[in-house]
Amino acid sequence: MNQRNLPEHPDFLWDDPEPKSSYDVVIVGAGGHGLATAYYLASMHGITNVAVLERGWLAGGNMARNTTIIRSNYLWDESAAIYEHSLKLWEGLEEELDYDIFFSQRGVLNLAHTLQDVRESVRRVEANRLNGVDAEWLDPRQVKEVCPIVNIADDIRYPVMGATYQPRAGIAKHDWVAWGYARRAAELGVDLIQNCEVTGFEISGGRVIGVRTSRGRIGAGKVALAAAGSTSVLTELAGFRVPIQSHPLQALVSELHEIIHPTVVMSNHVHVYVSQAHKGELVMGAGVDSYNGYGQRGSFHIIEQQMAAAVELFPAFSRAHLLRTWGGIVDVTLDASPVMGLTPVDQLYLDCGWGTGGFKAVPGAGWAYADTIAHDRPHDLVAPYGLDRFVTGHLIDEHGAAAVAH
Amino acid sequence: MLTIDCPHCGPRPETEFGYGGQAHVAYPEDPSALTDEEWAGYLFYRDNPRGEFAERWVHSAGCRKWFNAVRDTRTYRISATYTSAGPVPAGIVRPRTDVPHPVSKGA
Repeated sequence: MNQRNLPEHPDFLWDDPEPKSSYDVVIVGAGGHGLATAYYLASMHGITNVAVLERGWLAGGNMARNTTIIRSNYLWDESAAIYEHSLKLWEGLEEELDYDIFFSQRGVLNLAHTLQDVRESVRRVEANRLNGVDAEWLDPRQVKEVCPIVNIADDIRYPVMGATYQPRAGIAKHDWVAWGYARRAAELGVDLIQNCEVTGFEISGGRVIGVRTSRGRIGAGKVALAAAGSTSVLTELAGFRVPIQSHPLQALVSELHEIIHPTVVMSNHVHVYVSQAHKGELVMGAGVDSYNGYGQRGSFHIIEQQMAAAVELFPAFSRAHLLRTWGGIVDVTLDASPVMGLTPVDQLYLDCGWGTGGFKAVPGAGWAYADTIAHDRPHDLVAPYGLDRFVTGHLIDEHGAAAVAH
Repeated sequence: MLTIDCPHCGPRPETEFGYGGQAHVAYPEDPSALTDEEWAGYLFYRDNPRGEFAERWVHSAGCRKWFNAVRDTRTYRISATYTSAGPVPAGIVRPRTDVPHPVSKGA
């Protein structure tokens, strides 16, 4: 597409209603996951007496700015199942929502820089193929063919030894995705309520019956959390704990450039991932800051290291100017996999722990979470991600596929 | 970047330090006596407050000693640092030790 030819920003696409006294389902958090969950509850399950409560404004957290990478080339069966389901939904999403989300399947390269990287990558390619996920192993010359601006010289600190390639991966415009889901959910009868902070839960006989908010009490048949980095704060209010830690995750964009980057390049080893947005900004991310934080900002040396890696891999970027940096709060688990499903409180559901990579899961997680809420039991895609895995030891260790970058 | 006041070396830039997560988490006295839930609590559950947090840092590029800090996770301001061996300042919030609740049904 023409990089300068994006449409005008739309008018308001949803109402701003006053909260009713009660709903069948209250979703906490109007980010990507909350909005998608509301849409699928209404469209797939006919549950339309639904409110999405948002402390700030709609899609104003990690959905407002992220690096938008969409892929499904994860190692383990449980991960491949839910991420590939999500990718398939992405592939039909513009049609389903009747809304342009600029989903661009430009592929993703995950670079390998060490012999260990190469072995893990080839193993992951084979695992992906067995799970029906498109995946190829490319040697450095083939990497250069896919992405001509990558430096494959062998005189850099960590030379490119090859890459995994998923052609169906890509990017989408995060804010348009949120607006698309919000618009359709509102049309189906969902109330999107902004500036409404949940301050407590009403629990009777082990079952949630409502939420206390900054705009008064709201009764609820079911309550579904979709609050990412703020989940721990909410579950403390509900009387149970989740095994997540909230960290700052930073990213940045450059000023606009001609389109020179045809795909998405990720490198876990040198800690950078890069794509080019439709308008022409280079979009780059790195790993999380090491410390716990809710401040939506991080330390500058993380950006410095990320830029050093980017310039070594892409010498053409050395004169690019930084436009802005930002930080979000991401909810990290010890096995780099999400936590979804039922909780110790009846009719209260959990969707969190997506860490640095929740954007790609928006359709798939919302779809499976809605099914879980509607039937009060974990959907097959959700079942492996229950809180109980930390007791049974059935962890889903995706550090190899997701340690730095999702 | 944070400036961290190492109790042994004085204020130094964050890049000299490594992070160790929540402080004052004791290794179980008798690990073999723990239930699976209690073991999960020790291994995987740490407090994650929005506010003051007692946490561990190691001065990797300096004295290489572990110590503790109290930092606000909203502002990142460090209000105190203290050695692991010395007395614990008043008002430190200790880690919760309650075990995770079992999920009522389903998987």
